[in-house]
Amino acid sequence: MYDIPYLTEEHHQVREIVRDFAEREVRPIARDHDLEAKFPWENVKKMGELGFMGAPWPARLGGAEMDYLSYIIVVEELAKVDASHAITVSAHTTLGTSPIMEFGSEEQQKRYVPLLASGQVLGGFGLTEADAGSDAGGTKTVAVEKGDHYVINGAKIFITHAGVGEIFVITARTDPKAKQRNRGITSFIVTKDTVDLEACQQLGVGHVPDLPKTPGVRAGKKEDKLGWRASDTRELILEDAEVPKENRLGELGKGFVNFLKTLDDGRIGVGALSLGLAEGALNECLSYTAERKQFGRYIASFQGVHFALADIATEIEAARHLVYYAAWLRQHDKPYKTEAAMAKLFASEVAMRATTKAVQLHGGYGYTTDYPVERMIRDAKVGEIGEGTSEIQRIVIARALLGDLVNVTGD
Amino acid sequence: MKIAVCIKRVPDSEARIKIGSDGKEIDGSGVKFVLNPYDEYAVEEALKLKGAAGAGEVVAVSLGTDAAQETIRTALAMGADRGILLKADNAGVDPLPAARVLAAELGEGGYDLILLGKLAIDDYSQAVGTMVAELLNLPCVSAITHLDITDGKGKAEREIEGGVEVVEFELPAVLTAEKGLNEPRYPALRGIMLAKKKPLEVKDVTLDPGGLEVLKLALPAERKAGRIVGEGPEAVPALLDALRNEAKVL
Repeated sequence: MYDIPYLTEEHHQVREIVRDFAEREVRPIARDHDLEAKFPWENVKKMGELGFMGAPWPARLGGAEMDYLSYIIVVEELAKVDASHAITVSAHTTLGTSPIMEFGSEEQQKRYVPLLASGQVLGGFGLTEADAGSDAGGTKTVAVEKGDHYVINGAKIFITHAGVGEIFVITARTDPKAKQRNRGITSFIVTKDTVDLEACQQLGVGHVPDLPKTPGVRAGKKEDKLGWRASDTRELILEDAEVPKENRLGELGKGFVNFLKTLDDGRIGVGALSLGLAEGALNECLSYTAERKQFGRYIASFQGVHFALADIATEIEAARHLVYYAAWLRQHDKPYKTEAAMAKLFASEVAMRATTKAVQLHGGYGYTTDYPVERMIRDAKVGEIGEGTSEIQRIVIARALLGDLVNVTGD
Repeated sequence: MKIAVCIKRVPDSEARIKIGSDGKEIDGSGVKFVLNPYDEYAVEEALKLKGAAGAGEVVAVSLGTDAAQETIRTALAMGADRGILLKADNAGVDPLPAARVLAAELGEGGYDLILLGKLAIDDYSQAVGTMVAELLNLPCVSAITHLDITDGKGKAEREIEGGVEVVEFELPAVLTAEKGLNEPRYPALRGIMLAKKKPLEVKDVTLDPGGLEVLKLALPAERKAGRIVGEGPEAVPALLDALRNEAKVL
């Protein structure tokens, strides 16, 4: 199972380090942080020190200088134990930091990436709005040029790290008259203070006092979620936010094109997270069915249980190859949009099926918070929704298949 | 300060062990191997001493097959400066030939301190460290739980029955690490790539045949399931009887 063609000895070492960390530092706190919807600041600090928060970025910018597959392995291994930790790393890395790495000027990279890659502060990505989710072209947030800055008004919803984070990439409409609704959207970098100032100052993580903050940017109410409860999801509100022109990220009007690339990356991340979650659920089933007795036998000795375990394992194996293949394409600068969509679509649906079967195999115990599979089934669901729903993934895949044959965009 | 740490590649304590077809060795296929946990304490202590001194060198030395290079790289990823593999295809189970090979290497190195785990969790012989000290004619403190080094002198603590023994010694010395000496660090991701660039020297060695021979390996008997003798105060007599006459612990 280990010697798959995409991985080197270094990747196995990454896996060992993260697995060890997840077992010793994450497993003991995962249940309580989920139940109390508490953000794991202590572990964020530790993960920053170990390089988990900036795995693929260069050392000169504070990263661990590993490759993209290493980052994918970090997310997968954390998700085996706790999906909230995994999405914290994934959203921070691919959504919060990668747009600055991909589209930022050298000056922007030097200013923001070292803070993010080292895990000193958390980053996020503000795209979704009340009327713009799967339809990102519906963005209503507006940026108006005024002297040496832009004034931005709007509200972004379901933003990972909107509360705990300090650095965000957001999109806003800069040309309301653009003929195509996907044009005229531009990306900006905005900053704010973390909502957990006191705890952050005490722990020495999550807050940088001398980072200039954007006036008019604040976090809204924390979402009470079904899963990923130990991760932070809120509204990010921009009210007459004064954003200096130097904080424009990438070219004017290129925001839409740019964030599509960010979303492709995010999809591989959610694919890896879902893969890890399914593997974690299988591990729980293996130990539970080998110790639970019914009718005088371990339930792992029943053929019905064999069938369920075999199905989960086989689907996981297929998901693993899709996720690693998409990550490998990304790492080797080959087109990966369709493969990223396939990996995310398949792995997230595998995670849902695997965790559902896992709860069933655990019976009544699986329905209680005493066993991790109860959390896992809740954590799995959002994989089919976040960073592009399963339906959007199918549309992305179908468009790639049909290409010029049919005008699939409806324009 | 120049410190050598002897490390060993051992099966993970959670690995499911199968005995090989010859009945004398474990079947290593599919078994995860790790850096011996007691050696991790030794590596951590060496890195801490170097860090506190602000200068020095930590050398990870392992006796084993080529696969032990992976274990050395773990120590390098944690922060050791270079590695030496004493390559032998079959290091056997006799601690004395192993100690002789290690002592020959370490005696040449000009080390101020030689650290080892107090035992390796594969064969539990708990002998190599003290044998190395004896062969090199150096002071030895085994199973230490605390260490201070100041001005070329050392002070170590070891747990003994009912108390703590404090031992002073001159450098160079050989020390073996007990659990509790420190909390070993996780290697940072960056350490993996840095480790690739650190020197790892491979030296072929030959061990004497030694005087020990493994005749047979056997798995421990399966533990019997627990038994509930009853509930509440009424169960106490039955429980006492079982503890006295069956388990014989009272």
